[in-house]
Amino acid sequence: MSLVIEQTLNGVQLSAMLFLLAAGLTLVFGIMGVINLAHGSLYMIGAYASAWTAAATGSFLLAVLAGVAAAGCVGMVLEFLVLRRLYASDHVDQVLATFGLVLFFNQAMALLFGRQPLFVTLPGWLSGTVMVAPGVPYPVFRLLIIVTVVVVAALMWVFISHTRIGMLVRAGATSRDMVRAMGVPIRGLYTLVFGLGAALAGLAGLLAGPIYAVQVGMGEQILISTFVVIVIGGVGSIRGALIGALLVGGMDTLLRAVVPGLLQMMMQGPDADALAGGIASMGIYLVMASVLLVRPRGLFPAHG
Amino acid sequence: MITRRTLLAASASAGLGTCLMPRSARAQGAKLKIGLITTLSGPGGYLGQDIRDAFQLAVDLEGGSLGGAPVQLVVENDAFKPAQAKEIADRFYKTEGIRLFTGIVFSNLLAAAVPDLLDNDAVYVSPNAAPSTFSGKDCNRNYYVVSWNNDSLHEAGGANAQRLGYKRMMLLAPNYQAGKDALTGFKRMFKGEVVKEIYTRLDQTDYAAEMAQIRDAKPDAVYQFHPGGLGIAFMRQYQQAGLLGQIAMTVAEPSMDSTIVTALGDSAIGVTVASHWNTDFDNAANKRFVAEFMKKYSRIPTSYASQGYDAALAIAASLKGTGGTFAGPEAFRTAMLPAKFDSVRGYFAFGPNQHPIQNWYALAVEKGADGKPGLRTKDQILTHYGDAYSAQCKL
Repeated sequence: MSLVIEQTLNGVQLSAMLFLLAAGLTLVFGIMGVINLAHGSLYMIGAYASAWTAAATGSFLLAVLAGVAAAGCVGMVLEFLVLRRLYASDHVDQVLATFGLVLFFNQAMALLFGRQPLFVTLPGWLSGTVMVAPGVPYPVFRLLIIVTVVVVAALMWVFISHTRIGMLVRAGATSRDMVRAMGVPIRGLYTLVFGLGAALAGLAGLLAGPIYAVQVGMGEQILISTFVVIVIGGVGSIRGALIGALLVGGMDTLLRAVVPGLLQMMMQGPDADALAGGIASMGIYLVMASVLLVRPRGLFPAHG
Repeated sequence: MITRRTLLAASASAGLGTCLMPRSARAQGAKLKIGLITTLSGPGGYLGQDIRDAFQLAVDLEGGSLGGAPVQLVVENDAFKPAQAKEIADRFYKTEGIRLFTGIVFSNLLAAAVPDLLDNDAVYVSPNAAPSTFSGKDCNRNYYVVSWNNDSLHEAGGANAQRLGYKRMMLLAPNYQAGKDALTGFKRMFKGEVVKEIYTRLDQTDYAAEMAQIRDAKPDAVYQFHPGGLGIAFMRQYQQAGLLGQIAMTVAEPSMDSTIVTALGDSAIGVTVASHWNTDFDNAANKRFVAEFMKKYSRIPTSYASQGYDAALAIAASLKGTGGTFAGPEAFRTAMLPAKFDSVRGYFAFGPNQHPIQNWYALAVEKGADGKPGLRTKDQILTHYGDAYSAQCKL
């Protein structure tokens, strides 16, 4: 039983992380029509900025602010300098350009911080475990991630459904040209949305720092799963990103937790473990393929 | 279609021919190029960096030469991608005319890049990756390993777990050749019960699901093989899950190199490690290496660095034996096999499959005099130990 509770929490926590990344990426794609491979770089920048600040000041709060601010600012500058020129181009150009940015940022981080992974020391109250149920200890920091993402998701919901800018964002996702035709200063809106997406990626990065290694190329590892989330959820939809993240995070954890045991009942020894590892890594792609069979545009496509 | 293809092939081979001829004629005055293909980005980035830097250090200490041959090191990042490693190897061979290769960190990249080189009379000297598939009946005259065979790392790990008296072990390794070699090697020497084996993904960063299973299985100790950034993430999550101090951990050197120790700080204390080398080894070659490395790069060398350095020394010994030139794979081999160099690990000899015969040691992470945790050598586990595959190798 304790194993089930712990694995469920693990699934939710992984989903939370994926949602933070997917939300920003899907917004940017939905509204501006840009495939931004450099989203993973913004995640990395957030992680590095907060790791560096934490090491320099020793303050966890400052580190959080620095991570979000750095990623948000770099994101807005990036939109202003580079992506703005790509809105009219086709997707191949966008992919090439943003992939170039990925290489640039990876090399820049290697030059600035070296290739050795950075280590983020958590303050004492965050580094231990807490009993979530009798006999079920769970890392405090992972719980914090879940809580943070729930709060962020709620704030985003309020922002998108109940504010004027949010309304424009929704309108932009549904019909870009119409919003422009209505005289909305679309360029400013683009920069803002991109900055918001970048800040969310930065938040994900700084939350990932203390759990995973802060290192060059960390963004690409998680970006692939993030794209799977978006494809499942339907491009451009925040709700889709949420459902997609829960599906991917849940499925990934479930398969890793359950498949080895199941296979062990059916076959012997190391073959079962190797096969289970293989099946678990395929799992999220199988989910994606099955969703696309039934709903080729994802579960909640933004563009009708 | 056929005519065009033949035409292309003909022009390509003609191009290759004209490229090669002046190059071999030119070889007298020119520097010997050594192709160093390694991983410089991603979670394994610092491993390749240490191999490259240590190899370069050996060249620098000899004033730009190895064994009297002026050397030019051509370095390229394989980005942890098998296809990219293969592409670089082909390009180095064809357009750069390189015949001497080294550097690859990961076994899956080695399996992609190296076979074609060996078939075309190029020489590969491995400073790290050494999959079992290349150690046994598919061994090759042009393929040398200076580090260890993948399995024997973990045979030492298994012997160490046995020595420490663990009865019930849980094993974790990434699902690729070296990961499979790891668990096979460990089980060859460990005689107790293996309660569970888990294969993780090579690109995995989150081990929460595995931590839950470790907690559930309650083994005496955990043996895990996660090199580079993977190891840092694994250990940190092990600590955050509250397992550190609850369930003992014993590993082989790639899962607890000096960079991982530095990154983990005090939380690494108490972990036991099986290794073929450590910074505190008391021999002249090692003292010089560690001092020069720290002086030049201002960081503690990892075992990867020691292997990169030894690979350079081994190549230097061979080049010296052939009069300071690279005179083809057979001449290189004759001079290489006696291994006339002072390895930083102490005893070193090539076995019948051109893999090392060496000693294995038990290390532990302890607090040093400076208050910082570091790896200390405690005991010798295996003496003049080769690997389980050399008997199948006929050269």
